[in-house]
Amino acid sequence: MSAVQAKPLRIVLAKVGLDGHDRGVKVVARALRDAGFEVIYTGLRQTPAMVVEAALQEDAQVIGLSLHSGAHMTLFPAVIEELKKRQAGDITVFGGGIIPDDDITELKKLGVAEIFTPGAPLEEIVTWLRKRFPDG
Amino acid sequence: MRREDGVETSTISGIPVDPAYTAEATRDLPDELPGEFPYTRGIHKSGYRGRLWTMRQFSGFATARETNARYHYLLKNGQTGLSVAFDMPTLMGQDSDAPTSRGEIGHCGVAIDSLADMETLLDGIPLDKVTTSMTINSPAAILLAMYLVVAEKQGVPWTQVGGTLQNDILKEYIAQKEYIFPPQPSMRLVIDSIEFCAREVPRWNTVSISGYHIREAGSTAAQELAFTLADGFAYVDACLERGMQIDEFAPRLSFFFDAHIDFFEEIAKFRAARRIWARHMRERYGAQNPRSLQLRFHTQTAGVSLTAQQPELNIARTAVEALAAVLGGTQSLHTNAMDEVLALPTDKSARIALRTQQMLAYESGAANTVDPLGGSYFMESLTKRMEEEAEAYFERISEYGGVIPAIEAGFFQKEIADASFRYQTELEHKRRVIVGVNDFVTDDEEPIEILRISPQAEQEQVDRVREVRRKRDQARCTRALESLRKAAQSPDENLMPHIVEAVRAYATEGEIMGTMVDVFGLYTERAII
Repeated sequence: MSAVQAKPLRIVLAKVGLDGHDRGVKVVARALRDAGFEVIYTGLRQTPAMVVEAALQEDAQVIGLSLHSGAHMTLFPAVIEELKKRQAGDITVFGGGIIPDDDITELKKLGVAEIFTPGAPLEEIVTWLRKRFPDG
Repeated sequence: MRREDGVETSTISGIPVDPAYTAEATRDLPDELPGEFPYTRGIHKSGYRGRLWTMRQFSGFATARETNARYHYLLKNGQTGLSVAFDMPTLMGQDSDAPTSRGEIGHCGVAIDSLADMETLLDGIPLDKVTTSMTINSPAAILLAMYLVVAEKQGVPWTQVGGTLQNDILKEYIAQKEYIFPPQPSMRLVIDSIEFCAREVPRWNTVSISGYHIREAGSTAAQELAFTLADGFAYVDACLERGMQIDEFAPRLSFFFDAHIDFFEEIAKFRAARRIWARHMRERYGAQNPRSLQLRFHTQTAGVSLTAQQPELNIARTAVEALAAVLGGTQSLHTNAMDEVLALPTDKSARIALRTQQMLAYESGAANTVDPLGGSYFMESLTKRMEEEAEAYFERISEYGGVIPAIEAGFFQKEIADASFRYQTELEHKRRVIVGVNDFVTDDEEPIEILRISPQAEQEQVDRVREVRRKRDQARCTRALESLRKAAQSPDENLMPHIVEAVRAYATEGEIMGTMVDVFGLYTERAII
């Protein structure tokens, strides 16, 4: 055991947009919690400003966005913009939901670190986070 | 129990399945005929021989104009009823020019802001001949009012208008989460519409009590069955409390279930649903009219079972699910298109989905005899098990004091989240297999063509609602909204006539909703993971 205990990674999970499909985000929340991360789930219908505010309040290093309504091309970039505006561009943003391949390429260009689509194993998300945050 | 290859043998919901069933399972089973109480075998003597199920494909996208063209296309291709999908802002009772509508307009369905959009949506569709199902909940009363006013303008009397309103607010709190007001005023609005239709629109199915969303949120089949029927009883109780007679409104309650991929379990669920409803309606509520006892339902194949990987396989999945719905005796059916896991369907994929139903109806022979699985050792045993599981849930719900207190305590939400996590864990450990997802994976997948909503549609709709506000008789509109506000403040007044008047005056959906929010307030749920 090392002398300094690493602080667990803090992750804000949020449903942005108007849809209420929360099966996926809830399953991911439990899996991340079981993997040892600290998970804060905001609940439904969060605006980009609300999500960023929550991340700052909670001192989170990561934001996970879930959306199933097709508004990802508007709302995911809006979260990135809001982070920049609040000088919090160092917070990592990833997303999940029904998102076509072409849009994934575009979203990554805009600064979304990763997108997980339906059928992605939970283990894949955990592994990705561990790799990106080896100390978390 | 697992097979030798490690795959679970229990149903997808976790009900154990024996290697073989015997006559033991049907020994105490009374002889039951289709079309007779308790209707386990179906509500009609002749099944689909008399009349096939209605092929009702749910559709709507972009603007009212584009969706209207899709409806004409579907009707021309042999579809027999309409089913309107609304976009998220419409479902959430807000106008297209509200700030939070940005990026959502026309994506999940059609955008309807006012009567003007509904007139366009239904242009050239004779409302005395075509029945329409509208999937909308919190603002359901407003969309119903719009539909009725369009009928009025076509010169069709309300007594000849037929259709279905989803209008099932309870499952919104439980699963789909498209609530706006707190449960009590929401229930008032639902009961107002039931009472209004019983009087004025007798052919309208006022509530489509829905298990679909409960299942899609991750519940088991037994939970879907139990929670949906519990919601049904809650509406019955609320109507009785209002002073209505059971046989006055019960014949117009209908149901909406999911058809998931576990074939036999789904059929058992449909059979159990009819039996439970009939028994409770007769024994608990004293209903006399056979139509009050007969559970009629629409089915949609399981969106949640579709895979983004190798999406063409979804055609086969949907066919299996649709067959379960048919063997379970559904009254109407929506078959999902293979690409619905990625976006709204293209014309081609929508046609394949409809053709799948036509194959079942005309090629497979499945429609030729009623309840062909009736008497099967396995089927009867599973039907009984479903019924027992539902009854056990009814008891737990009544321990909470009913559906609304159970919602407020987060009971349903927790049960569903647990079931959904359990299932996901089984997938992770390959105790369940989804072909193309956690086994039989292909690396070189060809992308399929998907439907894109143009950003112009969004701006077009924003301009349109603003134009409606500019052009209408503003004094009449303000008066109508004011009278709605007063009515909302007096608990004994039925809100429907006031909503109809506001719609006639081209008040927008967001304005009508906003007026009621002022009086009723907004609901927020405690997030449970």
